[in-house]
Amino acid sequence: MMTRILATAGTEFRIALRNRWVAIAVVLMALFSLVLSAAGSAPTGDLGVDRLSVTVASLTSLAVYLVPLVALLMSFDAIAGEVERGTLPLLLTYPVGRVEILLGKLLAHLAVLTLAVAVGYGLAALAAFWADGDALSGLPALLRLTWTSILLGATFLGAGYALSSLARRPSGAAGLAMGLWLGAVVLYDLGLLAAVVADNGGWFTTSVFPFALLANPADAFRLFNLAASEATAAAAGVAGAANSIPLWQSAASVLLWPLLALALATAAFRKVSP
Amino acid sequence: MTSTLTISNLTKTFDSFTALDAVSLSVAPGARVALLGHNGAGKSTMMKIILGLIPYDSGEVTVCGAQPGSAQARAQVAYLPENAAFHPALTGLEQIGHYLSLRGENPRLAMELLERVGLHGAARRRIGTYSKGMRQRVGLAQALIGKPRLLVLDEPTSGLDPVSRRDFYALLDGLAAEGASILLSSHALTEVEARTDRILILSGGRMVASGSLADLRQGAALPVALHVTARNGYASDIAAALPGAIRVDGELRLTCAQEDKLPLLARITGFGDKVADIEVLPPSLEDIYSHFSRRDGQ
Ligand SMILES: Nc1ncnc2c1ncn2[C@@H]1O[C@H](COP(=O)(O)OP(=O)(O)O)[C@@H](O)[C@H]1O
Ligand SMILES: [Mg+2]
Repeated sequence: MMTRILATAGTEFRIALRNRWVAIAVVLMALFSLVLSAAGSAPTGDLGVDRLSVTVASLTSLAVYLVPLVALLMSFDAIAGEVERGTLPLLLTYPVGRVEILLGKLLAHLAVLTLAVAVGYGLAALAAFWADGDALSGLPALLRLTWTSILLGATFLGAGYALSSLARRPSGAAGLAMGLWLGAVVLYDLGLLAAVVADNGGWFTTSVFPFALLANPADAFRLFNLAASEATAAAAGVAGAANSIPLWQSAASVLLWPLLALALATAAFRKVSP
Repeated sequence: MTSTLTISNLTKTFDSFTALDAVSLSVAPGARVALLGHNGAGKSTMMKIILGLIPYDSGEVTVCGAQPGSAQARAQVAYLPENAAFHPALTGLEQIGHYLSLRGENPRLAMELLERVGLHGAARRRIGTYSKGMRQRVGLAQALIGKPRLLVLDEPTSGLDPVSRRDFYALLDGLAAEGASILLSSHALTEVEARTDRILILSGGRMVASGSLADLRQGAALPVALHVTARNGYASDIAAALPGAIRVDGELRLTCAQEDKLPLLARITGFGDKVADIEVLPPSLEDIYSHFSRRDGQ
């Protein structure tokens, strides 16, 4: 089983390299991270936190949008592309399970994402070290951001495979993926914000809102990173909400979503008949 | 010996359309079986069912003693799809290496396989640059991986030139000699070059003929054509003696049933010196094929 997953991952990584996905993902993350570092280069002494922690806070806001986007861009074609090229029937006659195919693709795409995240965050961290000698104290926050970014990526990769299986055509899958990105990352928060404002501190805000945040992998990712580093909580917009939710709950959401997304992807892929 | 593949009363419908209608067949170890039929006869549908890619409505299918598409069956069955397609960004070597790994074989054997199908020269080039015939060879190379007990080849010779086609059948002979069963499809009888042990003809989802080429010839009972060339001046004499003969370009053409052939020949040779030449034309492969394939009013 392991050799089949690794063989699939190796081939998929090679394809990602040739399709320039590796280059695109790395350049995208590096570019945005550097822009953020440059934009946030105002003196931070008066905030009383080190430079890297501030960078991590900005990177968190960036990653919430960018990591799901890159993950969906890499995954929407995964199954629909095989169907369109006509390579799926032959693959499915091999003694390889559908879960193994998905895990192989996930491993390869996760490697690309990890590389992009490492380069992007690494550059931002170097910039922070260069500007502030005390920045080393922000290192745990950066590491936390890194592994949660990878898990967030895994969640949206899984979601992308599920949509790719459901759509069966690359164009349809691309549309669904962009819809998911817009809905889960942009509109969801706007909707919650509108509801909270309308509710004005009532039942919705106290009972439903925290769960609504935890139910969305992107919000849970933001909550976890902001709540975990108290130093940056002050700088964040959702600080109030972040403080009312225990850390273990957002951590659980961040950890469970990738598994759930993979289960969804597997269920959707099993329904694809060549 | 038990069959590698057994199908009995297989029926498959797409919505209300019957693609396969109570089809039965069995393929013994080492047998080369050709599945013939017009476009839309149901050949690819039957192959996909054998591979477990699509479900069927009723009947029984046993592949290498297991359910079609089960792990046990997939480990022993190789497939060459109609219009074999691969990822254009991979080289032939990488693609075959990948398939080797999926079957638990050493990916380093890829070059050897590509050599067997005559593709070693292009092994390190991307499949995106290959011609249709080259992609077909990649498909064939992957079907050879790991000594399969059953090879299911959907129109394997389409896109191959005549020389490659001969090489291909030579390769199949070798595999069959080692005990592999081969089921290959084609839309013309001439394509299979009589290099198969048994021929099955599907028409409109029904099995209309099954047997060796000789069996089919006999079953079709098509007339034999005779072309008689008379010596100068005797054409009219002979024509008068052979009712039903038609004169075309100085030749006399006539047809007769298979069993009347020898008596007729004896009569013609009886004309002695008046006859310059006789040509006997058995029904062509195309004629036999059309006879069965069109019988159902295709
Ligand atoms: N997925 C499908 N849905 C509906 N009809 C199909 C499907 N696949 C095949 N058919 C129909 O079944 C018949 C047999 O097709 P096929 O097995 O591909 O023929 P062949 O391979 O002999 O040319 C055709 O009429 C085709 O239109
Ligand atoms: Mg076909």
